[in-house]
Amino acid sequence: MSDVIEQIKTDVTSNDVVLFMKGSKKIPQCGFSFVVASILERLEVEFLDRNVLADPELREQIKAFSDWPTIPQLYVKGEFIGGCDITREMYESGELAALLQEKGIKTAA
Amino acid sequence: MPMHAEEIETLLATAFPEGEIELVDLAGDNDHYSVTVTSEQFRGKSRVIQHKMVFNALNGAMDSTLHALQVKTVIPQGETNV
Repeated sequence: MSDVIEQIKTDVTSNDVVLFMKGSKKIPQCGFSFVVASILERLEVEFLDRNVLADPELREQIKAFSDWPTIPQLYVKGEFIGGCDITREMYESGELAALLQEKGIKTAA
Repeated sequence: MPMHAEEIETLLATAFPEGEIELVDLAGDNDHYSVTVTSEQFRGKSRVIQHKMVFNALNGAMDSTLHALQVKTVIPQGETNV
């Protein structure tokens, strides 16, 4: 088991919400990552951002770990929620806020 | 790397023969697409699984070939009991 996979596991289990993204939450470097980071900011959810552009191995390993071919990738309480399209759909329908509340994560209500 | 719309439609039509596929070339460059797949095959499955079914139908093109493909999966609305 590589160190990168171990780090991913630690990240998603010791943080309520983790976003693997291109760039950082302050400076997203891809439109899809920007969308998901913006949604989390709007819901006022605290989250850990991991920049895959800063680590080529992380960029490859997170795809294998989630069995998901694209970035960004959102995790809540260790569970893979989806990429940009799914997160946006869940945000627009109110499911994302409901899921976060159900998991006891503080949001903007 | 671009991928022709017909190629994507053929792959999806093969995987979802009973479904409806609506593909939009967002930028007119064969590289940024949006697709809506409506299929009975999605019923009872989570969104993550539904999207994986679409990715799998594209034979790994999501990993390498296509720059951007927005995916929306829809379950056909049958008769309602309302």
